[in-house]
Amino acid sequence: MTQPQAAPVSPAVRMRGIAKSFGRVQVLRDVDFEIAPGEVHILAGENGAGKSTLIKILAGAYQDYEGSIEIQGREVPPSSPRERASLGVAVIYQELSLAPNMSVADNLFLGNPMERRGFVDDAAQRRRATACLAQLGLDIDVRKRVEDFPVATQQIIEIARAISQDARVIVMDEPTSALSIPEVEQLFALIARLKIQGCGIVYITHKMEEIGRIADRITVLRDGEFVGSAPASELPTAKLIEWMVGRKTETVVARRSASFGPEYLRLEGFSVRQRGAGANRIVDSVSLSVRAGEILGIAGLRGSGATELLLGVFGAYGELAQGRMFLDKEPVRFKTPGEAIRHGVAMITNDRKATGLVLSSSIIANMTLADLPRLSKGGWRSPAKEKAAASRLAAALRLRASSLGLEAGQLSGGNQQKVVLAKWIQTEPRVLLLDEPTRGIDIGAKQEIYRLMQEWAANGMAIVLITTEMPELLALSDRIVAMHRSRVVAEFSGPEMSAHAILEAAMGTEGAQRRTA
Amino acid sequence: MTEIRQRILADPATRVLMALLAVLLLGVIFSADGAFYRLATHRDALRQASVYGILGCGMTLVIVTGGIDLAVGSVLALVSVVFSLMSIWWGWPAIVAVPISLAVGAACGAVSGSLTAYFRIQPFIATLAMMVFARGMAKAVTGGAKISPAVPQPDGSYQYVDVPAIFRAIDSRTLFDNLSIVTVIFLLCGALSWALLSRHRWGRQAYAIGGNEEAARLSGVPVVRAKMLAYVICGFLTAVAGICQAAQEQQGDPEAGAGYELTAIAIAVIGGTSLMGGRGGIGLTLIGTLTIGYLDKILSINAVPEAGRLMLTGVIVVAAVLGQSRGR
Repeated sequence: MTQPQAAPVSPAVRMRGIAKSFGRVQVLRDVDFEIAPGEVHILAGENGAGKSTLIKILAGAYQDYEGSIEIQGREVPPSSPRERASLGVAVIYQELSLAPNMSVADNLFLGNPMERRGFVDDAAQRRRATACLAQLGLDIDVRKRVEDFPVATQQIIEIARAISQDARVIVMDEPTSALSIPEVEQLFALIARLKIQGCGIVYITHKMEEIGRIADRITVLRDGEFVGSAPASELPTAKLIEWMVGRKTETVVARRSASFGPEYLRLEGFSVRQRGAGANRIVDSVSLSVRAGEILGIAGLRGSGATELLLGVFGAYGELAQGRMFLDKEPVRFKTPGEAIRHGVAMITNDRKATGLVLSSSIIANMTLADLPRLSKGGWRSPAKEKAAASRLAAALRLRASSLGLEAGQLSGGNQQKVVLAKWIQTEPRVLLLDEPTRGIDIGAKQEIYRLMQEWAANGMAIVLITTEMPELLALSDRIVAMHRSRVVAEFSGPEMSAHAILEAAMGTEGAQRRTA
Repeated sequence: MTEIRQRILADPATRVLMALLAVLLLGVIFSADGAFYRLATHRDALRQASVYGILGCGMTLVIVTGGIDLAVGSVLALVSVVFSLMSIWWGWPAIVAVPISLAVGAACGAVSGSLTAYFRIQPFIATLAMMVFARGMAKAVTGGAKISPAVPQPDGSYQYVDVPAIFRAIDSRTLFDNLSIVTVIFLLCGALSWALLSRHRWGRQAYAIGGNEEAARLSGVPVVRAKMLAYVICGFLTAVAGICQAAQEQQGDPEAGAGYELTAIAIAVIGGTSLMGGRGGIGLTLIGTLTIGYLDKILSINAVPEAGRLMLTGVIVVAAVLGQSRGR
């Protein structure tokens, strides 16, 4: 671990008592956060702990919050991102905010061009851009378009943009998820250079190996609350995990003891290639098996490949998926989701608005969409049959809507998710793949969904569940696998399933890798 | 009470009916010495609007899937030219000429569809290219001339042939001389389109693709196939319109249909179909057809020059689209 700063330096940023709610949901509660210059400060916590929200408040993306923020010793009122940027705070989000079709030089001066007599001074911008990038160890043609460079280089360009606007605090949100090993080294070297220049760096990551390499200081959030902040040397892995997980004894649903049927779904060496050129695998040689009536939980943090695994199994990646898959001992390969559905596989994606529902269509239309071939044999639909099916589903799922003809976009999050579930239950699947099924849903609807899942499993469905909510994962799963960096790194069953061990594995901690036979 | 009023106003059906009422009111006010009240005026308005209406049906189907077909005007010309060539100059019977003409339209649609759905070229660009290409083909087929009952002879003179029976049949009237056959054809096309969109599996797929293509794909909808079908059906309907146009004009004019695509889009949009896809319907398109048709008629019986009519149509389309977005 790197040496922490010994001399007390006045913090570049001091946030005190930060609180924020979205409607009735309190996302941050009385959080303190200090950023010292010349230091790498890791912001850690499980998904949903509030890290992104805290950073967005600092960046000026939210003006509606409680608490105080001091930048360079002076209190600042809630302000816009542009104002915060002018005060020296730069945030580099996972989705880079460069304009891909514009040149590198233009991007560096986006919104802040160098001018000469009212016109943009291209030559001066190019010179300055080249110099900035050289400082960061990058030697490229700044006239080329950003999209012509690999993601790793684009990231450095974004950092250069921050530097050229005199950022004193740079926040990086999971910067290495798209980088290869040598590119990660390049980034770390750059961070070391920035430290020497006195920049304060906030680094959000789930990866234990990175925390070990570059952390000077670590702050942990849990469920929107500030758990603690300490120099990295005082926070060994075990303690860090403990801070992140806590000792919650919130029982979600009593775990059922069930009898399982024979193996139904099996993967052997299942991989998904990345689109376009490149040997990168977003899912790397995964093998697992699920029995009828069993719920297999997958623990995997952002970028672990869990979502891509399920999409690959579902046929959403078409030819990019490789390896072997067996349904009920028969080898299968799905080139489209339609094929998967015909074989009794259903998938609930992790973003109901973007990929789960057609918000402009009615509840009935959404519920019957995946089962259209069976509901409209010969091509012509029967509105009566559809209405009957939708009513049945709405009753079974306890959907609260004044009319089934309402547009899906007008429902609450919990009810929207129920429509998604209804759509897939209608297809009478034998395998159900769920990706964060209770994200963004109130506790009442969550309980109903848990109950339904257990009912379906009891009826013989093989269920695979991705969730980052640890209590949910522990309560619902019969077995758990952990994924990290596109691979399965550990398997747990029975009493070994503890939040601590699982999170350790999901974060890629050395020694946490373990497979049970 | 205000909530109910707001909801009624937000309903696309209400808005397009209000637009139609507004236009009819305009007709009452500017009735051109009572010309507006004559039955012949209404019959003619319907007759002229019918060709636009058929195009509007096809356009609606494509727009619902989130696409657009800018080629309908040119394909209309191509089909009307081909149909006239076969029927008037070559004397082929309708039983042969009609299916071939319909196939030409469908084939053009298939090309647009594969460019858009399979090769993933933006519909605007793909159908713009088809628009130019089809216009070129129409001119190539005729060598630039119009295909009329005056058949050019090798020696430079013209021989006059009879207008084929099918032409006269399509251009005739029924129901005690009050309803044009073309209008009947339009209504049939409307019924077919309505059935496809509202009662067929394909219709649901189309709305899903237009509303959220990725969600549709992940729900097992065969996106490429469904999009293709939209363009093929649109091409087919455009061919129907082309045949009707030829019959009404009693000639095949390679310059015909210029600008018709915009009228077709206007009809769909006034009818409440959203250009972003996923919303709209044929019933509303029919009302949109009436609105545009009557507007055109009212302006013409008041002797408003074509320039004024074009400008007013433009204004109304913008107003309709703005009304659409405010209501949501």
